[in-house]
Amino acid sequence: MSDGAATGLAVLATVLVVAPLVAIFAYLVYKGASSLNLAFFIDVPKPVGEVGGGMANAILGSAILLAVGSAIGVPVGIAGGIFLAEYGRGTKLANAVRFTADVLNGVPSIVMGIAIYSLIVVPQGHFSAFSGGVALGIMMIPTVCRTTEEMLLMVPNAVREAALALGVPNWRSVLAITVKTASPGIITGCMLAFARVAGETAPLIFTAFGNVGWNARLDEPIAALPLQIYVYALSPYDDWHRLAWAGSLVLIVLIVLAVSLVRYVTSRGVLKGAS
Amino acid sequence: MGVGIEVTTLNAWYGSNHALQDINLNIPANQATALIGPSGCGKSTFVRCLNRMHETIPVARVTGTVIIGDLDIYKDITPVEIRRRVGMVFQRPNPFPTMSIYENVAAGLKLNGYSSRHVLDEIVERSLRNSALWDEVKDDLKKKSGASLSGGQQQRLCIARALAVDPEVLLMDEPASALDPVSTSKIEDLIFQLKAQYTIVIVTHNMQQAARVAEKTGFFLNGRMVEFDTTDKIFTNPSDKRTEDYITGRFG
Repeated sequence: MSDGAATGLAVLATVLVVAPLVAIFAYLVYKGASSLNLAFFIDVPKPVGEVGGGMANAILGSAILLAVGSAIGVPVGIAGGIFLAEYGRGTKLANAVRFTADVLNGVPSIVMGIAIYSLIVVPQGHFSAFSGGVALGIMMIPTVCRTTEEMLLMVPNAVREAALALGVPNWRSVLAITVKTASPGIITGCMLAFARVAGETAPLIFTAFGNVGWNARLDEPIAALPLQIYVYALSPYDDWHRLAWAGSLVLIVLIVLAVSLVRYVTSRGVLKGAS
Repeated sequence: MGVGIEVTTLNAWYGSNHALQDINLNIPANQATALIGPSGCGKSTFVRCLNRMHETIPVARVTGTVIIGDLDIYKDITPVEIRRRVGMVFQRPNPFPTMSIYENVAAGLKLNGYSSRHVLDEIVERSLRNSALWDEVKDDLKKKSGASLSGGQQQRLCIARALAVDPEVLLMDEPASALDPVSTSKIEDLIFQLKAQYTIVIVTHNMQQAARVAEKTGFFLNGRMVEFDTTDKIFTNPSDKRTEDYITGRFG
């Protein structure tokens, strides 16, 4: 095979990877952009039959749910990954944790919703933003945990030895040196987990439940963009369909913005020649 | 100031592999001592026993006595404390890749809780001057990553990093084996200057290097120390046939 053919195949593969995303995004813009207006971002949904209304409460709700989810999923996942890579290597406990994380990753999201429903919603007696956030947070844990482990394992042992040989206590070497060295990859893992659960609907149906009005309280049902899109898309009304398209577009744009923001903030201060 | 090292019946294992057998050795203060021998003879394991890095490997084990200054390092002191007194430079330069040149040098102090900027600035400059790197990096201290330097500069950065915590002993495990000849001669010049302040133990594959920098030389073979004497004697008139065979290039 010639170099030209190899280059051609690589370009073709790149197009195949990028094309679906571009196609989905273009279709969302085509279907949804026309329904976007100021009201969409500041109003709550209007009752059936009234024109207008927006998804402002769902945007706020998604932000709150994702904040709660990240507050659980990121620290637990990173701590688990640190355990797997730095402390538990080769132990039975580590193998059990790794296996559990992989199984958890494969649990269908609707099952996660039902589990949280019976563990939190039923005992408390009501749907809540908190329970929805917990469901999303638990779904983030395996991705964050396993990428953290993989990224820490990629840090050369020479770097660990350098820190230990300076008389740095092991825990400090792990946090200040090893984790810091692996942090770009760990952040990528957190962003992947975040973006994945940001679009989840199923785990929220039995937990956050949805809400047609404003709510910022953790102990009450709360709206979320994917839930709202789901309800609107299944409805028989044309203007709700249009709002669902607009909501989908907004959801994707917000995820891209959030991920870009985190990337920008964490890439500042990276030095010339840092690998 | 450097301190002497007394090693008595030191034995070390990796699992069931008996890597060091009954090593007895007195390393004098404020001199450079070279350890030579073929690959796998135990010389690297030996220096790793002098700062208790050997035991960071899960299956590793060590017995015997190592007295550095007036401290029995396996009885009187924790591994973390002894590593602040006994610095180490590794075979491959290993700067912290995400840190600037300045942060690399200051790392040992910062991670042990020193935070006075003024003092840190002073120590970083002194350490980089002592490792003969200051003039090459002084304008990029906080701008460039340690990993952006050339291999020889990285190794001198690692020496500066080890010196910054003010050790009494500096262990060097083949510090020039990954470097070009010019960088190697810079490191050797440096060893000459550092002897005044530190006790230096250098593992080397390169016998000319041992002859150039060290007052004393030990020859290791198959986990045992065959001969230890002045460098002059080892290279001109060794007592043991195996030492002679090795330095005349008959094996290894």
